[in-house]
Formats: sequence, structure tokens, C-alpha cells
Amino acid sequence: MSDVVEKTLTALPSLLSLDSQPGSAKLSSNSKLGNLIRGITELTSKHEEEKLIQHELSSIKEQVSSPNTTMRQMRELMVRAVYCEMLGYEASFSYIHAIKLAQQGNVLEKRVGYLAVSLFLNENHELLLLLVNTVLKDLQSTNLIEVCMALTVVCQIFPKDMIPAILPIVEEKLNHPKEIIRRKAVLALHKFYLIAPNQVQHIHNKFRKALCDKDPGVMTASLHIYLQLIQENAEAYKDLTASFVTILKQVVGGKLPMDFNYHSVPAPWLQIQLLRILSLLGKNDQRTSEVMYEVLDESLRRAEMNHNITYAILYECVKCVYTIHPKSELLEKAATCIGNFVLSPKINLKYLGLKALTYVVQQDPKLALQHQMTIIECLDHSDVIIKRETLELLFRITNAQNVTVIVEKMLDFLRLSKDDHTTVDLAGKVAELAEKYAPDNEWFIQTMNAVFSLGGDMMQPEIPNGFLKLLSEGFDSEEEDRKLRLFAVNSYISLLQGDPSKLPQRFLQVICWVLGEYSYLKDDLDPVVVLRLLAQLLDMKGSSSDTKSWVLVAMTKLCWSETAVSVAQQVAETYSSSFDTTLRQRAQELQHLSRDSQLHSRVLPPGGSLEPVEVDSSLSFLDGFVSEALSAGAAPYKPLHQRQEELSRSKALSLEPYGLSLPISTSSCSITDRQSPTLLSTSSGLSGDSTDFSHRGSSTTLKLDGVRRVWGREGYLAQKEPVEEVAQVEIPSPLRSPGQQGDADSCHSRTPTANPEGDREKQQLASSLFGGLSSQSSVCLMEKSERFGRKAKGQRASSTPNEQRSDPSVSSSSAVDNLLCNNLLEENSEPIDSSTKQTFQHPQSLRVPNGACDAEAIISDDDTKGRNRPVSPEEHVEGDDFPPCEDKSKDLSLTAHLPAELSGFSHSEIIPLCSNRSLDLSACHVQTDNTVVLVVFVTNSSEDANLQIQVLSEELEVCCPCESPVEEVRGHSVSVRQYSLTVKRPLVHFELVGRLSYSAAGTLQSMQFSYKLPLTSFIRPLTVSTEEYGSMWLAFSHDTKQNLTLMKEEQEPLSATLNALKKKLSLHVVEIIGVEGLVACSLLQDQPCLMHCRVHAGRLAVWLRSPVADLPDCLLYHCQRALQEH
Amino acid sequence: MQFMLLFSRQGKLRLQKWYVPLSDKEKKKITRELVQTVLARKPKMCSFLEWRDLKIVYKRYASLYFCCAIEDQDNELITLEIIHRYVELLDKYFGSVCELDIIFNFEKAYFILDEFLLGGEAQETSKKNVLKAIEQADLLQEIFERASFQHLLWDSIITHHDIHVTFLRIPKKQRLLAASWRKSDSHKNALLLCSSLAS
Repeated sequence: MSDVVEKTLTALPSLLSLDSQPGSAKLSSNSKLGNLIRGITELTSKHEEEKLIQHELSSIKEQVSSPNTTMRQMRELMVRAVYCEMLGYEASFSYIHAIKLAQQGNVLEKRVGYLAVSLFLNENHELLLLLVNTVLKDLQSTNLIEVCMALTVVCQIFPKDMIPAILPIVEEKLNHPKEIIRRKAVLALHKFYLIAPNQVQHIHNKFRKALCDKDPGVMTASLHIYLQLIQENAEAYKDLTASFVTILKQVVGGKLPMDFNYHSVPAPWLQIQLLRILSLLGKNDQRTSEVMYEVLDESLRRAEMNHNITYAILYECVKCVYTIHPKSELLEKAATCIGNFVLSPKINLKYLGLKALTYVVQQDPKLALQHQMTIIECLDHSDVIIKRETLELLFRITNAQNVTVIVEKMLDFLRLSKDDHTTVDLAGKVAELAEKYAPDNEWFIQTMNAVFSLGGDMMQPEIPNGFLKLLSEGFDSEEEDRKLRLFAVNSYISLLQGDPSKLPQRFLQVICWVLGEYSYLKDDLDPVVVLRLLAQLLDMKGSSSDTKSWVLVAMTKLCWSETAVSVAQQVAETYSSSFDTTLRQRAQELQHLSRDSQLHSRVLPPGGSLEPVEVDSSLSFLDGFVSEALSAGAAPYKPLHQRQEELSRSKALSLEPYGLSLPISTSSCSITDRQSPTLLSTSSGLSGDSTDFSHRGSSTTLKLDGVRRVWGREGYLAQKEPVEEVAQVEIPSPLRSPGQQGDADSCHSRTPTANPEGDREKQQLASSLFGGLSSQSSVCLMEKSERFGRKAKGQRASSTPNEQRSDPSVSSSSAVDNLLCNNLLEENSEPIDSSTKQTFQHPQSLRVPNGACDAEAIISDDDTKGRNRPVSPEEHVEGDDFPPCEDKSKDLSLTAHLPAELSGFSHSEIIPLCSNRSLDLSACHVQTDNTVVLVVFVTNSSEDANLQIQVLSEELEVCCPCESPVEEVRGHSVSVRQYSLTVKRPLVHFELVGRLSYSAAGTLQSMQFSYKLPLTSFIRPLTVSTEEYGSMWLAFSHDTKQNLTLMKEEQEPLSATLNALKKKLSLHVVEIIGVEGLVACSLLQDQPCLMHCRVHAGRLAVWLRSPVADLPDCLLYHCQRALQEH
Repeated sequence: MQFMLLFSRQGKLRLQKWYVPLSDKEKKKITRELVQTVLARKPKMCSFLEWRDLKIVYKRYASLYFCCAIEDQDNELITLEIIHRYVELLDKYFGSVCELDIIFNFEKAYFILDEFLLGGEAQETSKKNVLKAIEQADLLQEIFERASFQHLLWDSIITHHDIHVTFLRIPKKQRLLAASWRKSDSHKNALLLCSSLAS
């Protein structure tokens, strides 16, 4: 087919000028669009085109706004407007007319109208609101084509807030007799799921129905949703594995109608989608994987035809085989497949082969060895993309022996690269390799210099930060550290003496810092020389003000000799009147510190170390000031998100139809008390509350993130060295030293097949690239242990608890009187999320380069006491939300270990999380009055072990109140940990992921686990009076409505239903008035949610309101479930 | 899929479909950069590109470049086949498609694309079904245009009855169209109009 197309298309360009061609002539001669297009092709300059289009646009504008224009003409005008937009000219005046056309035209005009709307507007455009009614009308039309058009446009653009308006109708369409409608409805739901997952939570069972649809097209469409769902939570869909496997079997076996064949391959799109789903399901799960081995084998076997499409399936198959639990037979076949890809003469397949290799090389390094000659060839390939992918592959197989060669290749590529994204990415990778495998100091510094100068200013900030951290913390003996630093100083001095104006700003900043800190190490260097060199940077044209403040800080550190002071004074003079406040501050610091040598040596002791300084991150020392301001009438601080919310609330449209009565009469509250007492208290918290047990998560604290940013990013620079600690000796490279390279050479020389002498060079390159690979094939290639070697110090430091967010009253004093306390707030610390990946670096990320955070944290246990109240009956949790417990006896024995202060409260069943030979991890959650506590039991059935547990969640704030990160667990005992949980963002179910790392008998291992708990665990009854309820109701902005089934009770079905809800979800029934019921609850202490119920036509009409977004939706889901189960 | 662009060898944009919300400025910038990058590549080079954090899959058919942006975990080869299937659809619809067909009937090309890919996902991979969906609407259009005097009558009938449209195709540009619909009072299919359009 493609040949035919190609032939006909090649013949065409010549026809552009000839209008005699029948097809085009017919179209172009009589239509205005045709005239326009022809007009444009005749033009020669961009300027002329612009003139023509402007003329065209103004004529379109005139016509669309004329009242005499018929819809039919409008259709033609819209097409022209779309064309002008495509050429890059704005035609925004026509947007509203496109919507009008979709609204008012007949079927055909509508079609163009919808098309124009979908091309003109994007999801956030405000005009889209005007489309909602049209879509609603068309969805209900009896004309199939109109329904199709409406669904098509919904799948492309639809305002997120208006989804509830059309959701029920779209749902209905899932039962439509026509498959095209069902298919589009499924895709529309997919779209809704992508933009507002909470809205479609209740229709998950309908997705299952779509999956079982008799039409393969509808089923295929439903797989898009499943892929998304499974990507987010594979655990919940394991039960579908068998179904997916069966479907794939049928597809591969050719059971689908011929229509779905593509070049005689049965439904390739479907196959690939299924393979992707299967690989997600089978990942790290042997049992599930076993179900799919057979069908994967079948797929690999069937896909043998030499066509692109079969390669696409094969590629997905290979990826799947390597992702799921391995089976040697399949791996072998997959490896052969990869070989076919890599060796293929077709460049696209070669690229994918390299990509597949990159993907699998961590599991199977031998595979890279097999193809080493091909890899070498690809390294010099004329196509940059192939080269780039090869480097990616090499990056994965780098070890201590081949690092110099590989890094050199990468730097070569960097020098030629013009693409920013590639540069940033590659620079990061080189830096990572250099840090991990550097053979010696000299090489390390030189490589990093290259990275900094090539990476430029786009580089991720982590690279210079990491580098400086490494320099300051050191990783070897003290002597080695000194040499490294000295080498850096030498190399930077010579760089500055050259032409520094060519260096990127980031690099200059690194240089400044290093010279400021370590230039004293060079004995024969006069600080004045350094100062002069630095001063020269200040005068340089290209220096950013950021760099200038780095320079000033470095100068501050250096000015302790007489002559230096005079140079410094001069500079300080110039900049103390700068317009830039940061610069001015730095200049002031320089001025004052250079004058007062005593102060200088106290703040910045030369070459010495500072005592660790405690940081009071809660800023509690400002409490007095805040309460004073508040009492003087200042408005309480509102966190950023709340302010934005309120702003958007005031702008938001009211979606309630007119004439709908409010559940509570408005007479009871005037405008002024719209802000109910509850709401006020949530927004106006003082940090004085921060001593509260869970102060980090609750919204009653001052939001500090916003404050911190104001204080200049290079603040920490002014600080001195961290505590000099003797670092752990670097773990030597796992195998041979570079000196033994010769051995490696000889062992490789026979691997490549008979190649005459011309290829000797390549072979040499191969042996240097693949050095160390063959002998360590069983070892994981990304040697984590080495990184660990360098970073080991961080972990050691963490053996003293360095959780800093602690009792503010203790830390505040030291923080206040610190002269440069702003310097302590480090902005550049790694985000906490990264800790899941790099558990052992996590403690470090909390540290500031000057070691300030190392202080002992004082965390009192007091606040966990005194909450020991008896549990009220409605707080009892039904067991049905928790997975069934298999091992009752274990449960009982673990219950005994539940901390005493929690024993009075109800707890969920204890479920096993993960286990191995020696350790057994179980957990449950306990609901206390104002918190939910996750209790993790670690049963150690062998000898003593050191372990560290991290628990994280995106939607929950996890606080570990009283433990150090590393703890020793005695052999044959049970250790218990508590984590208090607070909700960041409501969800139907919360998932916690955790990682347990432990070392026993000298080996280091880790396990991962996850824990799920429902929203209901966080729901507490909220006791309010009917009046309070009324005023709160009006103040809340987020709401949702739905009809629920009423319980079939002869008398009083309303109160029976409400009681059932109360029992299951621990709600508080405020009052029942006739057919209406008022119910209140809150998410832990401070996030209320109100529910108004009314019996209507045998159903329970529920209306939920809350100040918290998503809370009503999530709660509704649980209400629905609770009633279904009843 | 994030977006799809069609442009000519001269770098003129012929079709653009965005499946992610972007500002007009951003779209223009992306288009400009991509057109430049793709046009600079030699014919024997790889059809895949890494660009920003996306992957670009492109293919040239005669003077037209078809260019799709996908995410990292997506399958490049199948995307290449998506492009090919789209070309096949265009080819079948226009009957030996050429760039001019797409230039002058770009709205048709959009309609076909919307039936094939919806919201960035392959919606219908069966060639027959895609064309059926398009042609049903087209048929209406032609009947409308031919029988414009009956305009009002048709409109009311279409919106109130389930219309059954059958479509027959005789080689290139010669079409026999027949429309029938079920009358609500009788259960017999009444053929009300049969128009033969030949061009």
C-alpha cells in the first residue's frame, strides 16, 4: 500500500502550479478556501503572505459578525479561519462563532463547528463553558451522528469542573446498542479519569463491563483505562490477570474478526496494550508472572514475519519478559530477539535493539558483551540518535575500569551537542559517573571542570551542589581530602588567570566557593591574589548578580589579612549601594566582618570547624511577634493554597441551577458570618501550636515554605566547613585495579569474531569499554556499594537522630542569636522524595554543609500520653475495609506488642507486609481521637540486626515521633514503631509505601512494602448544633451530590440508613427533620464535611459540602459502598 | 501520544493535532523547532528522535512529513504504524491521496484523524470501521448538498428517526448512495430516496 501512496505522492509537487489536475481543480476553483490557498502558494515572500492573511482575516471577521451570514456560510468561514490559525495567524475573534456554529448548525455545520472548537481552544479556555450545554443537548439527541460528535469533542477538550454535568449521560451511553457510541463513551471516561480521577471512582465496575464487551473495539478502548489504573496501583487489579491473558491468547490465536488485522497481523495495537498491562501486573510478582509465561512464549513464537508491526510486538514482548519475574527459557528467547534487533541492517530496529539492551543490561550484562562490536560501531554512527542511545547503554555498564573511556566518549559527544535537553541530561550522567568511579583526584576535578564548562547554566543545580558537598565532606582520609581540595584550588586559580569570561555562571559560583573555603590550603598563595582574581569577576560584564553575591561571600571568608582588608573594603564600598538587596546585604556583611577581625574569626574561623548550630525550622521564636500583631488586628496568615482557593472561589461560577432550595434557610446567618468559627480556626493557626504532636501535618501551623524562599539561595555559603570527620575508607573497586587492565585485554581479545588487523583499534576500544564486565556478570552493574562507600559518612552521622523538626522552645534561643541565621536554611537540600531511592543519603539531605542540622533532636514522648481515653462505640471500625487476616494467632501475639498508650483504641487487623527468612513485618493502624497511628511490628526471628524503616506517602503526612532512623533489633524479639498519619489531600484510599533496610551479620539488605488504608480511618464524628451546621454549610465551597439507595426498612427508612452510615463511617447525626437528615463529620480534627440527606422518590438524595477539595467526593464513595454492603 | 504534526518539505504546516493542553506560543515554538530538526535529517537516518523529554517518531511520505510525539515508555514502532495506518486511511478515503487533497480538504483529514485517534489513543484500528463512520457523515453532506430544496424536511426527519444509511462504493469518485429510514408507524423499510451521484 505504502508503495502506491509513495509513487502517487512523488508525482505531485509539480502539480502545484497546474490547476488542470482534475481532483484539485474541482476543489480549488470554486471555493474561497481554494482561492486563498492558491493565493498563498503563488506568493514569494513571508511579508506578502502576512499581508494576504491579514486581509483575509479582516474579511472573515467582517462576515462572521454580520447578521446576514447563514450557518452554511459560517461553516465555510470557520474552515478558512482554521486554516489561517494553522499558518500561525491568530483568529481569536472566530472562537465564539465556532461555538455558535456547533450550537446552532445542522449536523454538518455542527461537525465543522466542533472541529473548529477542538482546534482553536485548549482545555483551560474560558469559552469552553459555553460549549457545555451544546454537548449536553447533543449527547441526548436521537441522531447517532450528533451523539458521536459530542462524544468526540468531549474526549478532546472538556472543562474539568463541568464533568459532573454530563457524567451520568456518558455513563448511560456505555449501554448503548451501537458499539461506536459505547467505544467513544469509554474513551470519554478515560479522558475524565485522566483529568479528574475522583469523579469516576464510583464507576469502576462499569469499566469491567466494558472490558467484557462483545465488541473488540469497545474492549480495546477499555484497556486504555486499565493501563492507567494499573500503572497507578497494580495490586488492585491482579485478579484480572487471567482475563488479560485469555484475551491475548485469543488475539494471538487469530480469533478476532479479520477487520482488526493489520497487514495480516491480528490486532497489533491490542496486543501491545495487553503486553504493557501484563508487564505491569507481573512486575516483582512470581505468581502472577507464571500465569502469563505461556502466552508470552506464544507471542514470541508467532511474531516471526518480517514486518515492522511484528517487530513492534516483539519489542514489547521482550520488554515484558524482562520486566516480569524471570523465566530462563523466555529470557533466552528474548535475548535472541534483542540480538536480531541489534544486528538488523534497518536503522530503526538497531535503535530499538540498543534501547532494549539498555533496558536489560542491568539484569543480563553478558548480552552487552555479545554485541560489543556492534556497540562500538554504533558509537561512531553517523546518526546522532544512535550515538546518543549507545552512550546511554554505556552509561549503564560503566564500572571503575572503563569509566575513563566512557566518560571521555560522553564528553566528546557533549562538546558537539547543540540540544539543551541532551546536554543537561548527559552532563548529569557524567557527573554521576565521575562521582561514583573516579580513579583519582586529578581526573575527578578535571572531569568535573569539563562538566561545568560544557553543561553551562542549564545544568541541574544538584550537580554543583553535590560536588561542593563532596568536597566539603570528603570521602577518604583527611590527607586525601586535602589533596583533592588543593588540586581543585590550583586548577581554579589557573582557570581564573586565563579567560574566566567564557565560563558559565554556575561554574564561576563553584569556583568562588572553593576558593573562599580552601585557598588557605595552598601555602604560597597570598589571599590578596585570590581577592584580586575574584574582584575581576565582579567587573566582568556577563556576571549575574547571583554570581556576584557568591563572589562577595567568598571574599568575606578571605579577608583576614591587612592588605586583604583594604581590597575588600573597596569592593564592599562599591556594592553597599547596589540596587540588588542580596548584593547589598552581602556587601554589608563583608564590610562589617572585615573591619572586626574578632567577630570575623568567631563567625568564620579560618580552616576550622563550627559547632553544629540548631535550626528552628518552625520559626517559633517569632510566636510572640505574631500574636502581638494578631492582637493588634492583623489578618491571620493563610497558607498559599488557601489564599488561591479563596481567590478562585470568589471567581468560580455557581453551577447550581436556579430555584433549588438550600437545605438550611439563609435567614439564620448574614453575610458577615459566612466565615464560620470552624473555618477561621483552621486558617488562623499560630506556630505556637507547633508543639502539638502532629504539628507538621496539621494545617494549624504557619506555613513556612513561602517564608524561607525570601532569604537568598546562597545563604549557606557564608558558613564554614562541617565538622571534620574521618570518613570511611572508600571501598575499592570490586574487581581489578586499572593496573591490571592488561588481564582484561587478554581475556577479551578472543571474544570478537575473526576480524583482520584493520579492526584492531576497535577491539582495543572494546576491551577498554567492556573491561570488567565479563568477570562480574553476575554482579549488579550499577554498583550501589561504591556510591555507598563515598557517602558512607552521611549514614554514620545519622546514627545520632537528626530529625530536626523538634521542640521549638529548646532550639529557638540558639537560632535567634546567631548572626547569620538565614544562612542556615538550606534551599538546596535534596527533596525528601528522593529518599525512597537513596535511602542512605536521606539523612544527609537534612544536613547543611556546615553540619548545622546534626544536632541532637529532642523529641519528647509526652504528647503521646494523656490521649488515653476510652473509645466510643461509633469509632469502632468495621473489619471489612481491611484485607482478611490469614494468621489469627500471629495477630493475637502481635496485638500484645501494641504500645500501651494505644491499647485503648480500636485498631485494624494486623496484616503481614513483607517478610524474609529472618524478618517479618506486619502493620495495623490505630484510630485515636485526633490522629491515626500506623503501627509497624518487626519480628526478628534470627540474630540482632540494625534496621531502618522509611514510610512515605504522597497524600499523607507521615511523622515518626519518637525513633531514630536506625535502630537495633535484638534477635528473636519484636520491635514496634509508630507513625502518626495526617491527610494532605483526601483520597478514597491512601497508600503508604515503605522501605526497610537492615544490616545483619555484615550484609545489607532491603525490602519494600506497601500498606493501604481507607479514608474512613481518618473520619471522626463532628458534634455541632443545627445552627452551627447552618452557618458552616454556607461557608463551604466544595460539594457533590448523588442519589443513594435507601435501606428497605418498613418504618423510618431514613433514620435506619443514617444509623447504618453512622455505624460504618463514624459520622455524627445532627438532626433528623421529617424527610431530611443533617449529618456532620470531620477529617481528623480540623477539616469538616457536612452531609445533607433527603428522601426523594424512594432514593436518598445526598449533598455533601466541605472546605476541602475532593473530600465530599471521596466520602460519597464510602457512603455508597457502606450502603451497598448493607 | 502528545501531538501530531503534518508538514511539507518546505516546512509548511499542513495539519496539527494537540492532545496535551499547551499555549499557542508554546505550540508555535515546538512546531518551529521540530520542523527544523526533522527537515535537517537525512533520508537514511533513524525515524526516531529524542527531543526534550519526548520521543519524536516521524516518517516521510512523498513531500509530506508525518510527525508524532510520544512519551518515553510508548512503543516507537507501533507509532510508526499508526502514521502508516493514517496514510492508508487517507489514501482509501481520497482515492490515491496526495498533498493537495490534504491541503484543500484539511478538515476532512481532521475528521478521519478524529475517528482513528481520540484523545491521543488509537480509537479504532479497523480500517473499515473508521471509514464507515466518516462516510456516514459524508453521505449526509452530499445528500444535503444535492437535495438542498429538501433541506428543512431532511433536517427534521434526521433528528427524529434512527436513520439507516447504506453506502456503496464503485471505483473512484463514482458513488451510489442510498438512504433509508424506518418509518415510525410502519415496520417496513421504506426507501424514500435513492440518489445516484456521479462525477
